[in-house]
Amino acid sequence: MGVEALGWWGVPLAVGAGAIRVSTPFLFVSLGEVVTETAGRINLGLEGTLVMGAMSGYAISYYSGSPWLGVLAAGFVGSLLGALHAGICSLPRVNDIAVGIALLLFGTGLAFFLGTPFVAPQAPNLPSIPLGFWSHVPQLQAALKVNALFFIGVAMAPILAWVLRNTGIGLMIRMVGDNAEAARAMGYSPLQVRLWATTFGGFMAGVGGSFLSLYYPGSWSEGLSSGQGIIAVALVIFARWRPMYCLWASLLFGGAGALGPALQSVGVSQGYYLFNAAPYVLTLVIMIVACSPDRTLAGAPGELSITK
Amino acid sequence: MSSIHAFSLDDRRVDAGHGAALAVRAPSLDAIGMTKRFGDFTALDHVSLTLHPGTVHALLGENGAGKSTLVKCIMGFYHADAGELRLDGKPLRIANPRDAQHAGIGMVYQHFTLVPSMTILENLTMGLGFRPGRIDWRAERAKLEAFLTTMPFRVPIDSPVSGLSAGEKQKAEILKQLYLKARLIILDEPTSVLTPQEADEMLGLIRSMAIGGQLTVLIITHKFREVLAFADEVTVLRRGRHVGGGRVADLSVADMARMMVGEQASREHAGREEREPGPVMLALREVTALDDAGAPALRGVDLEVRRGEIVGVAGVSGNGQTALVEVLGAQRRHEGTVLVGGDAFGGTREEIRRHNFALLPEEPLRNACVGRMSVGENMAFRHFDRPPIGSGVWVKRGALRRRARELVERYNVRTTGVDAPIMTLSGGNVQRAVLARELSGEVDVLVCANPVFGLDFSAVADIHGQIVAARNRGAAVLLVSEDLDELLELADRILVMSAGRIVYEAARATADRQSIGLHMAGHA
Repeated sequence: MGVEALGWWGVPLAVGAGAIRVSTPFLFVSLGEVVTETAGRINLGLEGTLVMGAMSGYAISYYSGSPWLGVLAAGFVGSLLGALHAGICSLPRVNDIAVGIALLLFGTGLAFFLGTPFVAPQAPNLPSIPLGFWSHVPQLQAALKVNALFFIGVAMAPILAWVLRNTGIGLMIRMVGDNAEAARAMGYSPLQVRLWATTFGGFMAGVGGSFLSLYYPGSWSEGLSSGQGIIAVALVIFARWRPMYCLWASLLFGGAGALGPALQSVGVSQGYYLFNAAPYVLTLVIMIVACSPDRTLAGAPGELSITK
Repeated sequence: MSSIHAFSLDDRRVDAGHGAALAVRAPSLDAIGMTKRFGDFTALDHVSLTLHPGTVHALLGENGAGKSTLVKCIMGFYHADAGELRLDGKPLRIANPRDAQHAGIGMVYQHFTLVPSMTILENLTMGLGFRPGRIDWRAERAKLEAFLTTMPFRVPIDSPVSGLSAGEKQKAEILKQLYLKARLIILDEPTSVLTPQEADEMLGLIRSMAIGGQLTVLIITHKFREVLAFADEVTVLRRGRHVGGGRVADLSVADMARMMVGEQASREHAGREEREPGPVMLALREVTALDDAGAPALRGVDLEVRRGEIVGVAGVSGNGQTALVEVLGAQRRHEGTVLVGGDAFGGTREEIRRHNFALLPEEPLRNACVGRMSVGENMAFRHFDRPPIGSGVWVKRGALRRRARELVERYNVRTTGVDAPIMTLSGGNVQRAVLARELSGEVDVLVCANPVFGLDFSAVADIHGQIVAARNRGAAVLLVSEDLDELLELADRILVMSAGRIVYEAARATADRQSIGLHMAGHA
């Protein structure tokens, strides 16, 4: 194998390649959640949305033969779950965090229930773009096979940042998220805006889920997601509600997630499970570093229930 | 689902001709026989009000007199059960705040309605109406700049609103209404967060615009000084009824005060005994603390309070007073020393008990009570683990309720019973209940923050009386207040706080509004 050819250089290469592969679901979920949270809602149910997206994307891809149709279906199902969250939260005296946890359990449970027939069959996967065609090193070629969804996600980050700054829709979302009373006084309806923002967040999480089942790892099983949906919500806080920071944070978490497999590929098998836990340790470390007893989070939307 | 306000396309875009728009005459408004009921309670009972074009009209009344109910009916937040509105003599139907805005009626609220994380430019542009697509910032900026050149005051348009001073925010709120082409402006207690100078400047500018025929103004207030200086006409409400009014020139303060409070005795001056202050009971040395955003809130505060004196801390809100009280209540980390009775004080139950330390923070329902717990339990927070209420690990409910009933009686707390959740009490009664808890035992040190904020006359007199009585008994009192009149009435010494420092000190005899105001603004 080529491991000998590259030796230890294989580790950063594998981590880099892994960062790109593993980060994509983080990126989609967190970008969607940035919009939801900027509008003043937190949707903890995105883990369930992610798994439902993975299952439905896989199923549609299997039946239709088109993985891209699967991605769209996943987004659609995600939107429905997002709208459900927003709809329930529109009722008086409903706590968005509790609803989120309920929908997390509902989404994963429903996906397992409906997904049983799709565990065995193989659905067509998303194609990747071979950016390593110029190289003769097989590891490099493998590492540079990048899925199109990754590029879409990378493009979404600056676009969302621009939209939030420079368009009426963006300003309206920030407005209802920072001071709902002010928005209402100016004739904007916070509940409506949050409905759309949460629906968008659900759409993105659904698409992120389809990446899991249709590209990497590339099949549907109950153990498909290992908490990416929840980690992505934490990542939004780490990213200070800025889309571009979400991109960097997703790559960081992706890289951490790829550390275990990368070390294994060069033959370091000791502490394999420990390295696999890197993203979770990173989540904890980041939360501890980012917190402070003296100050509230800078950049936090004023209406967010967790920072209010 | 109902139609979405935000997406309606009939927005009143403000176009280039803003200067011209200002030449539009100020309107008149008649509110006739306005009635609003909430269940059995009549909040507004056939109240009529006439605003003449180009005048400043004051709406006076105590808390709960129906002032804000009336204004909310005009603005479309509430729908009146009876009565009608006429703008320039023509019937006006207002179903929601958006309709009011379309009719050229704007309101400046007591709490600010600008979005803190956004700049003034962003806030005002969004106020113009919803356009989903790209915003041409260059054009919007040019439009706003052109508008501002026609205005008597300016504000920085490119820094986030959260970084502006209260005075700047208040001006920005008014500019926003004018930018949205409001020709009739309702101001709700507009000067409560301003220094006296800022308040005078702002009201003077508003008045000059009214005299110029550009604006009709309705101002809600309880400050007679402002009514006398800036209003042409006044309407007084009491318990939801119109009880008087007319041209300000024809009325005296005594007339207005009588209308406001009815036949009950006017505010009595708390009976302060002349006494020499004793030894220092509370001292702060070089105390610094950060606010929630991590910015310095206290930048080295030194102060001393002696036995038997009330030291008032004046200042515009947001200059560190909240942090100061939080430090004393052990709610905020700080550097420097807090000494109570000569010992370092960290706010533990032990220390509080040893030094007879009492604290009445602002918004006591939030800061000193547990809303869902009963009045009795809240009143026992200081003593529940001590005899006669506490015995070992047990709390004796009977003793707890007996003591609460006693305090309720003694401190005039109006409640349906000691078992009612304290959150069901009115603001004044929550305040009385907390004062009863804090003052019922021995008190050596008392810290109060805005103790009468939003309370009616009788509650104010009551609470001021309690504070002065504590002083007369020999307590050292630190009174932090945004109401300068309150401090001038109660305090033996007044300190002025500005930008996290004590910048001025005046003894009771020599304190004058002018120099205190200048120091509050940080201009001296």
